[in-house]
Amino acid sequence: MGVIDAGQLKKGLAVLIDNVPHLIAELDFVKPGKGQALYKCKLRNLRTDQLYDRTYRSGERFETADVTESDLQFLYADGDFLHFMHTQTFEQLDLRRDAAGDALNFLKESMVVKGLVYNGHPISIDLPNFVNLLVAEAEPGVKGDTAAGASKPVTMETGLVVQVPLFINQGETLRIDTRTGAYVERVKR
Amino acid sequence: MRTVFCGLGFVEVETPVLLTTVAPEEHIVPVRCGQRLLATSPELQMKELMAAGFDRIYQVTRSFRAGERGRRHVPEFTILEWYRKADSLDALRTDLEALLSGIALEALGRPAVEWQGRTVDFSPPYRVVPVREAFLRHAGWDPVRDFDADRFDLDLVERIEPNLGRGKPEILAFYPIPQASLARPHPQDPDVALRLELYVEGMELANGFVELSDPAIQEARFRESAAAIRRRGRKPPPLPAAFLAALPYLPDCVGIALGIDRLIMLLTDAADIDQVRTFAPDEA
Repeated sequence: MGVIDAGQLKKGLAVLIDNVPHLIAELDFVKPGKGQALYKCKLRNLRTDQLYDRTYRSGERFETADVTESDLQFLYADGDFLHFMHTQTFEQLDLRRDAAGDALNFLKESMVVKGLVYNGHPISIDLPNFVNLLVAEAEPGVKGDTAAGASKPVTMETGLVVQVPLFINQGETLRIDTRTGAYVERVKR
Repeated sequence: MRTVFCGLGFVEVETPVLLTTVAPEEHIVPVRCGQRLLATSPELQMKELMAAGFDRIYQVTRSFRAGERGRRHVPEFTILEWYRKADSLDALRTDLEALLSGIALEALGRPAVEWQGRTVDFSPPYRVVPVREAFLRHAGWDPVRDFDADRFDLDLVERIEPNLGRGKPEILAFYPIPQASLARPHPQDPDVALRLELYVEGMELANGFVELSDPAIQEARFRESAAAIRRRGRKPPPLPAAFLAALPYLPDCVGIALGIDRLIMLLTDAADIDQVRTFAPDEA
C-alpha cells in the first residue's frame, strides 16, 4: 500500500476512494488548451461493481488498495456467508452472500473461481463463463414428443432450474452458461 | 494544405527545434536535450520573424512536450502554425474555414467527413461561442468574473468540450485573461483575451490569439508563469530575452497552431492518435 499522485494512476490499478476499493477500468490523459493535465478515469467500485466516470487533476493523491486476484475454492454456504479456501495459502475466506449475486446457482463444492481479495477479505468472485452441473431432478422424457424446440424444466444439483430438451435425464451432466443461466449442451461422462 | 496557404499568399518558413529557451508555461514541460530545450511550439521564433517584417508565414514542424501521453496526445507531435498581419480573431476564423474546407475537398472530394459514426461538415461558416456564454450554459458559472483555474479546467473537459463542434467545427473564444499568456486583451472587454480554440466533435484542434505585443506586459506574464512553474517544483526556462527584445517591432498580428495529427485523425476516422503516427512513441 502506498500513496500515489493522479499522474501515476494506471489502468488495472486499484485505489481507495471514500475507503472503498475501486479498479481503474479505463484511463485517458487529457490536457485542455493551456490548461493542466487531467486524468479521465472509468472507475469500477469493487464492492458494488458499479462503473462511473471521474476526472482527476495532477496533485490529487490516492491510497492504493491492496487488491489481489486469487484462486478460491468453494467450500460451502451458510446463513450470511459463502466460505472459500485460498488455494495458495489454504486460508479460509468468507464472502458476504449479498456480494455473491446469483453465484450460488452455479457453485458446487470444491469448484475453483477467481476472486478479488482486499485486505484479506474476498470482495467479489468471478465465475467461469461455463460450468458443468449434475441434473438432480428431471421428469422422464415423454416418448413421441419430438416437436422442435420442445423443452422441460429440470432442477440442477445447486437448485438452479433450467429449461432443457426433452431427452435430458436425471443424473446427467450439463454445461450451463453462468452469464444467462441457460443450458448449453449435455456433457458425456 | 500547402495549396491553401499558397493561395492565401503565405510564405512557408522553418524555425529551429533545438532552442536555448521556450516560453515559460505552468502546464507545459519541455524536453531537455543536452544544455538545450526542444521546442514546445514554434511560436516565439515565428513572432520574431513577423517582427522582422514578414506579412504572412506558416510552417509545419515537430514540437515536444514531456509526459503528454493519451489517446490524443504524444510527446512528439506535428504542429501547423501560421501568423498574419491582422488585429481581430475574425481573420483566424476565415483562415480556418478556408483551410479545413479546402483540405477536406482536396483529400476526400467532399466537404464532410465521417468520424466515429458522426458526420462532420467542414464548410463555412464556423460558429463562435464566447467562453463566458459556454460556461454559463453548460456549467452554470461565469469564469470571467470568478476565475478559478482548477474548476475551469475540470468543467472545460467534462461539461464544455463534449458539447463543442458537434457536426461542424465550432470556435470557443474570448478566454479569461489568466488563460491566455500571450494574447492581447479585448479592446471593449479587458477581462477577456482575444484567444480562440477550434473544436471538432469535442476535440480541440487549434489554439490562436491576437498577439500581445507590449513587452512590459509580456515580461510580467512570463515572470508569473515562471513563478507558477517554481511553485510546482520545476525549474523554469530562462526568460526569452531575444523574443522580448523583438516584441516592440511586432506588427498587429494573429497567430494560431493546429494539431496536424488530430486533423488527420478526423480525415481518416481514427479514434486514437497512435493510428495516424508511423510509430507510437514507445516503438521508435
